[in-house]
Amino acid sequence: MPRTMSRRQFLISSGVVGGAALAVGAGGITLRELLVAGKRTPLEVGTKIVVFVTMYGGNDGLSTVIPYTDKAYYAGRPDLAYEESEVLPLADGLGFNPSMTGFKKLYDAKQLAIVRGVGYPNPDRSHFRSMAIWQTASPGTPQVTGWVGRWLDANGADPLLAVNVGPVLPPMLAGQHCAGAAVPSSGGVAMPTGTYGSGLRALDTASASSAPLIQRVAQSGSDLFRVATTFGPTLAGAKAGGANDLAGQLDLVARCIAANAPTRVYSVQLGGFDFHADEKDAQSTLLGQLDAAVSGFLTNVAAGPHGKDVVMVLYSEFGRRVAANGSQGTDHGTAGNIFVAGASVHGGMFGDQPSLTDLAMDDLKYNVDFRSVYATVLEGALGADASQVLGGNFPKLAFI
Amino acid sequence: MSSGSDALRSDLAHLYRRAGFGATPAELDAAVSAGYAPTVAALVRPPSASDQGVLSTPPPQLTVAPAPGKNGTAAQRKAYQARVTTEGRALTLWWLDRMVMATNPLPEKLTFFWHGHFATAMSKVRSAALMLRQNELLRTGGLGAFDALDLAIARDPAMMIWLDENQNIAGRPNENFARENMELFTLGYGNYTEDDVREGARCYTGWRYNQNSDVFVEVAQRHDNGVKTVLGHTGNFDGGDLITILTHSEASHRWITTRVWSRFAKTITTDPVVAALMPTYAQQLNIAALLTATFTSPPFLQTKGELVKQPVEYVVGALRALKLRADNQNYLGYLQALGQVLFEPPNVGGWTFDDGWLTTAASYTRMKFARYLAAHGDISAVADEPVSARADAAAHLLSVDGWAAQTRVALAQVAHDPVSVVTLALCAPEYVVN
Repeated sequence: MPRTMSRRQFLISSGVVGGAALAVGAGGITLRELLVAGKRTPLEVGTKIVVFVTMYGGNDGLSTVIPYTDKAYYAGRPDLAYEESEVLPLADGLGFNPSMTGFKKLYDAKQLAIVRGVGYPNPDRSHFRSMAIWQTASPGTPQVTGWVGRWLDANGADPLLAVNVGPVLPPMLAGQHCAGAAVPSSGGVAMPTGTYGSGLRALDTASASSAPLIQRVAQSGSDLFRVATTFGPTLAGAKAGGANDLAGQLDLVARCIAANAPTRVYSVQLGGFDFHADEKDAQSTLLGQLDAAVSGFLTNVAAGPHGKDVVMVLYSEFGRRVAANGSQGTDHGTAGNIFVAGASVHGGMFGDQPSLTDLAMDDLKYNVDFRSVYATVLEGALGADASQVLGGNFPKLAFI
Repeated sequence: MSSGSDALRSDLAHLYRRAGFGATPAELDAAVSAGYAPTVAALVRPPSASDQGVLSTPPPQLTVAPAPGKNGTAAQRKAYQARVTTEGRALTLWWLDRMVMATNPLPEKLTFFWHGHFATAMSKVRSAALMLRQNELLRTGGLGAFDALDLAIARDPAMMIWLDENQNIAGRPNENFARENMELFTLGYGNYTEDDVREGARCYTGWRYNQNSDVFVEVAQRHDNGVKTVLGHTGNFDGGDLITILTHSEASHRWITTRVWSRFAKTITTDPVVAALMPTYAQQLNIAALLTATFTSPPFLQTKGELVKQPVEYVVGALRALKLRADNQNYLGYLQALGQVLFEPPNVGGWTFDDGWLTTAASYTRMKFARYLAAHGDISAVADEPVSARADAAAHLLSVDGWAAQTRVALAQVAHDPVSVVTLALCAPEYVVN
């Protein structure tokens, strides 16, 4: 049963909502509510916390984990290629982009797993459709629920269990009976008092007989009031910057974790990876932002009681074409990398590096289904029944 | 007033919400006198040279300046970015004010629709002058034939920079524009193959916009003169040929008709109404004809309240109702907090829609915006009424058909204070939906 019209629209039609997101029936909560919830029901040390980083736009895996000993790499993209002397060497003839010094340290400390050749059957090169596939874990037919949302459904349907940083929720967190909460990226909420305030409160009393959209307006207003009346003025100084400020979003997540918030899954995002032209410097700069935000966050949480509990998972909707185009960029491709990082993660290389010459429609062939990564996270970090959430069995990997 | 007149007034208020940004009481009075079909005909018109609202909001004077390339100094790059930021703010506020002031709102509403359809962001284009030029193109071409509009957009400098058309050369084509033009602009997802995208990219090779000289050229030696096959057609096509093939396909007729219905009537993926409207559109790909057919289609009047006002629509509608101009940067701040800044869509897919806008954060921003507006705007139509009549006066002011029982309870609580009455009316679910 579809939750809402627009969710169905997003999943079926693509390109309309795009990679952005959709609102949720559960409505947003404030950071303060989450922090206070942490005081009432603190997350026990040892309980794993998963932080998903969605990299919108289709990150070029071959410029991220660079096959610097492969002649086909230099042949395919002479203007984009990094020399051996530039890359940060890892193993198997692979090295990180020069800007990823933090990732390199994590890898050397065996706290970073690199899953190679990740994809799904019949790859789709539309940003919007492919992102929907990743977020619903359903490559075949369009799905109305996100995969983390289905996990929420199966675990008591508590919206506090999965939280997105930012006012709109990615479809990943939308279940059938429950959707994850959305923490506004700007913290303060001060509701008016007096007659005006009580008038506003009365306005947002949803009537079950109203049209669905009317109910949704009222619900979002009353959620706001519930939060403010329960917890008073919100925490000052909480700010996650703009929609593309990953470090700010992760700082907010770190505060929630430090306050023992009952949340098991966080979602943050960084966009701008769609480099069809002039890719090399721009992608390296963006990877540098990613690297600084992720390694800074892990250093931050490592100092706290949940330092060993955090598992970060970074993914993008697809990788890019092996051969560069004529504008020093790359077009949409298929298989890419997933990174899994954390103090308790078993670091190293997983999956096989795809061949740069044995291609399908000029693109890499995947050898790890992305749902294997999800299954590993669901069972290894969230203690869930992966087959129930994913609708099938996928071999687990050894990174957790 | 007879019930027949009430029904007509309600229908016209709906028309004005969808074809524009909501009617003022005076506009509704005039429309009731004119009748429904003549009002549609009066709205679905190109921008008029004598529109007083348009005349009072001339666009900012912007000139195309060459961006400092890789060889530019840090100071040059910094100065250029400062210029983009300053001019961009002026441009954004200008368009918002134009939407507020235009006597006939439809050209601005339609331009906004096309801006979401051909979503292009200043953050990558980095030229307010070129964003304005695209905006003018959408305004002047938005009511005409869609094949001409798509071709003009394909050769529009802002679009060429946004989707990397500028660097598309024979032998190693760039697929960015070819893909998004099929997926988002002309055909819709699922109506083309990967081979169509790749063959399509070859057709556009050789197009070039030179920002230094500000001219579009077709560079013959960069163009792929080979035979291409797209959507089952085979030939030595260029970009113009390809756009003709795409826009004249049945899939495109369906996609454009669906998009128009989804944004002006009700969000759909498939619906019998599309099949009913498609033949009108297919005749000449004429957007004015499609809009007229949409607004006069009987199912259109069954879609009251079935959309959510997008933030821009909400802000513009409220400013028009309260006789305020978009004359200060605070309004850009509200739009930023609501998640919709003109000339800055989140990606080429455009903005979210419907309950995507109904978040707690948006609810909070609406409340603050509404309070500011009620305190600064002309609310005499409510304040001058006796306390017992103020709820109805607010409905009249905002051209809302009426309030639900719960909203009446809320408005009654604050009836002594006209500012609070108008604030609550602007936050009421009946007003937030469209």
